[in-house]
Amino acid sequence: MSESQPLLKVMNLNVQFHTNKKTIRAVNGLSFQLNKGEVIGIVGESGSGKSVTAASILKLIPTPPGEIASGEILYKGQDLVQYKEKDMRKIRGNEISMIFQDPMTSLNPTYTIGNQLIEAIRLHKKVSKKEAIKQAIALLEMVGIHEAEKRLKMYPHEFSGGMRQRVMIAIALACDPSLLIADEPTTALDVTVQSQIMKLMKQLQIKFNASIILITHDLGVVWEMCDRVIVMYAGQAMEEATVQELYENPYHPYTWGLYDSQISKRTDPNEALHVIPGSPPDLSQPLQGCPFAQRCPYAEEVCFKEKPAYVEKNKGHKVACHFQTKTRNLSRKERDQNG
Amino acid sequence: MLKFIIKRLINLIPTLFIVAAIVFIITRMIPGDPASVLLGPQASASDVHRLREQLGLNDSVFVQFIKYLNDLIHFNLGQSFAYKQPVLTLILERFPNTLILTFCAFFIALLVSIPAGVIAATRKGSWMDYLFTVTSLFGISIPVFWLGLMLVLLFSVTLGWLPATGMASSGDGALAFITHLILPSVTLSTIPMANFSRITRASMLEVMNQDYITAAKAKGVSHFFVVMKHGFKNALTPILTVAGMEVSSLLGGAVLTETIFSWPGMGQLIVEAINKRDYIVVQGSVIFLAVLYVLINLAVDILYKVVNPKISYDTKGGK
Amino acid sequence: MVPPNALSVTKGKRKKRRENLFLRRLFTNKLAVVGLIIVVLFTLVAIFAPFIAHFDPTKMDVNDALQSPGQDGHLLGTDSYGRDVFSRIVFGARVSLFVGVGAVVVGGAIGIILGLISGFYGGWVDSVIMRIMDGMYAFPFILLAIVLMTVLGSGLGNVILAIGIANVPTFSRIVRGQVLAVKQEEFIEVTRSLGAGDFNLLFKHILPNCSGPIIVYGTMGIAGAIISEAALSFLGLGIQPPNPSWGNILQEGRDYLQVSPHICLFSGMAIFLSVLGFNLFGDGLRDALDPKTRV
Repeated sequence: MSESQPLLKVMNLNVQFHTNKKTIRAVNGLSFQLNKGEVIGIVGESGSGKSVTAASILKLIPTPPGEIASGEILYKGQDLVQYKEKDMRKIRGNEISMIFQDPMTSLNPTYTIGNQLIEAIRLHKKVSKKEAIKQAIALLEMVGIHEAEKRLKMYPHEFSGGMRQRVMIAIALACDPSLLIADEPTTALDVTVQSQIMKLMKQLQIKFNASIILITHDLGVVWEMCDRVIVMYAGQAMEEATVQELYENPYHPYTWGLYDSQISKRTDPNEALHVIPGSPPDLSQPLQGCPFAQRCPYAEEVCFKEKPAYVEKNKGHKVACHFQTKTRNLSRKERDQNG
Repeated sequence: MLKFIIKRLINLIPTLFIVAAIVFIITRMIPGDPASVLLGPQASASDVHRLREQLGLNDSVFVQFIKYLNDLIHFNLGQSFAYKQPVLTLILERFPNTLILTFCAFFIALLVSIPAGVIAATRKGSWMDYLFTVTSLFGISIPVFWLGLMLVLLFSVTLGWLPATGMASSGDGALAFITHLILPSVTLSTIPMANFSRITRASMLEVMNQDYITAAKAKGVSHFFVVMKHGFKNALTPILTVAGMEVSSLLGGAVLTETIFSWPGMGQLIVEAINKRDYIVVQGSVIFLAVLYVLINLAVDILYKVVNPKISYDTKGGK
Repeated sequence: MVPPNALSVTKGKRKKRRENLFLRRLFTNKLAVVGLIIVVLFTLVAIFAPFIAHFDPTKMDVNDALQSPGQDGHLLGTDSYGRDVFSRIVFGARVSLFVGVGAVVVGGAIGIILGLISGFYGGWVDSVIMRIMDGMYAFPFILLAIVLMTVLGSGLGNVILAIGIANVPTFSRIVRGQVLAVKQEEFIEVTRSLGAGDFNLLFKHILPNCSGPIIVYGTMGIAGAIISEAALSFLGLGIQPPNPSWGNILQEGRDYLQVSPHICLFSGMAIFLSVLGFNLFGDGLRDALDPKTRV
């Protein structure tokens, strides 16, 4: 595959959930692409549609009530949205794997680690049971679990959270997938374990030159792991840039809000941590204007009326804000003056 | 594992003690002279006198209770005056028939209810699920004794396909044995069937929402295996609990079903004994069934461990 | 300091909204509504029995025995003594509903108190009560009722008592479980710190929070009690003829199953329908209280 052809290209994705007389538009016209060997981060608050996006790529949205209403998910040029369930099964775990948020609940408590690991291997590879066990041991050792042979016979409850997430990573890597989707892989873990898992993922990413979509609300994780970042809000992309670019020149007021609500070295311990006021819009109501307008300190009339275009302000740096276009610039300092 | 079983067996002792105490208290609640009431109006004066001796009615209640417990420990359930036989002998004669009936009913119930519950859960909200909900509510609402009579009316009286009552004796051959068994076991199966299928559905619905189900799908496991391998095994724990408790309603239902179909089991024995006012037999049978229930639930507890490894983890502290 | 009435106002508002939501969920559930209609119909029949039945339910007329439905003005025919089956079933509704409600009230009262004490005080009191309940659980429900009936003797009051007692363990277990859950909640600590006594705490604060499951089980318990009464009467232990009860009508009709199946058919149908009504309604109540199990 040539370097230029993207591994994954999501175009104008719309995902909806239908509940009693209501339609919740969880993802609204999201587009992005991912090249081979690239690590892309999707950040946003809970409810911003990032996890739904992740599940949509593997078509793991519970249907009903969920539904991919429109859009394309081109994986190696093939539109997964059109794929039948049977064909999707060949993709899942084989071409595209997923690591889940909570390792405490993502492993089946009634089967041994070995059973679940071997299941993952044998679903897609035609190997004997003996060979599968050998591969399973190798996988566990690769993710840093010692005495792998003994561990295979153990049940999930005999593992700590960090160990379980290592097992989940081993399961995800069992069939050498081309794309790994990690849905908040460290959120449920202790802080010390979080960094270990992130380190492991970074190592494995470099080793296999894997493509990863990392879903997180933790910008710190993004700086460490990713090449590019998409900031999502209310099911839409608000801003997209390389990590360095976004770190140095964030444009969108929502991104600024995210920055301020993170603890970093820059945070003055004497100052209260910033909280973005208000809450995300009700996605069952039709959106008018900019979805962030209600909570945005810079919002003007136009923000409530017109949806801002998603434009490339700098090379490779896209943003959806009326005041951040090729011709208009909003300076961040204004916030301090106004507020 | 062995320690777990021993621990459970020790736990059993107070429960059995209370079961015995409840029956003791109830029989002492009988107004008037317990001996003559226990024996009923047909009993002769000498019988009454003998029972007064046997029951030690002149002793204090405490001594009476100890003697009664001592008898129970030695499997002495007393002597029937109506049947002129030890109660235990009577019970052991009838019990296998009840066992056949309840086992068949249990089997029919499982055969129908588990697939029905799983299907309803995986197609939640569909017309099949709706039909399932209505049918299972019909199932728990239908009185077994009426259902039995209606089945007899339809299949025996009107259509003449199946025998109305009784149990085939060993000389009648397998076919007769089965045809006699069909109506009573189908009748008896309705209660556990409805309850099993409802718990299966509820339990499967809960399990299918778990993260590990999504994780299994993400691995590329097919829908069938997601449901059966990853879902059903986890749903089994509550189903097992209900199965253990259902034994109780099965045994209760057997009393009525056996009466309708003249099935020569323990239920019929109890009803006959009540009509003959042979309360010693009633008392013995009731204790027997209660102990049976306790033992079956012990077995269920042990089965848990096999199904759900987490239980062993929880009791690890005792190892 | 939070003004005390501000707190109670929001709490009251929230409670009201929750109740509205509950009622809406209940009444949009078609099955629950059907159940409620059946329950109301049977209740009306029981109350107005003398006006609905146009024959004396106990009046025998041998010349008029075993009539088929519709003959001689007997809507559902007559039984082997020439009594009007429809009138007997109508009056039987009184017995069934009375026993159903009575047994749940008796069993509920004892069970709730035991469950409250057990869950609230814990410790050895809890162990003793729960051990006894476990012991009672070991007896099949109907068998326990049968044994109690043989000891107590037949009659309406004893039927209620026997079925009521057999209901005690379930009630106490449900309430105990609820109490254990409610006890964890913060408002209990707060109320206690304000100097509320145990009695006050139990009946004014904890019990209302257990009401949901109690109502659900109570409704379904009425269904169970109606079946149990019918079963006891069917076995000849409950309501004694000539007083009509669905169970003894069924039992008397059993001998005439071949010639006059209508006696069994209709009396059993009455049991089935009324029980179904309470079960449908109870099921609807549960779904409305705990939407997780359905929606």
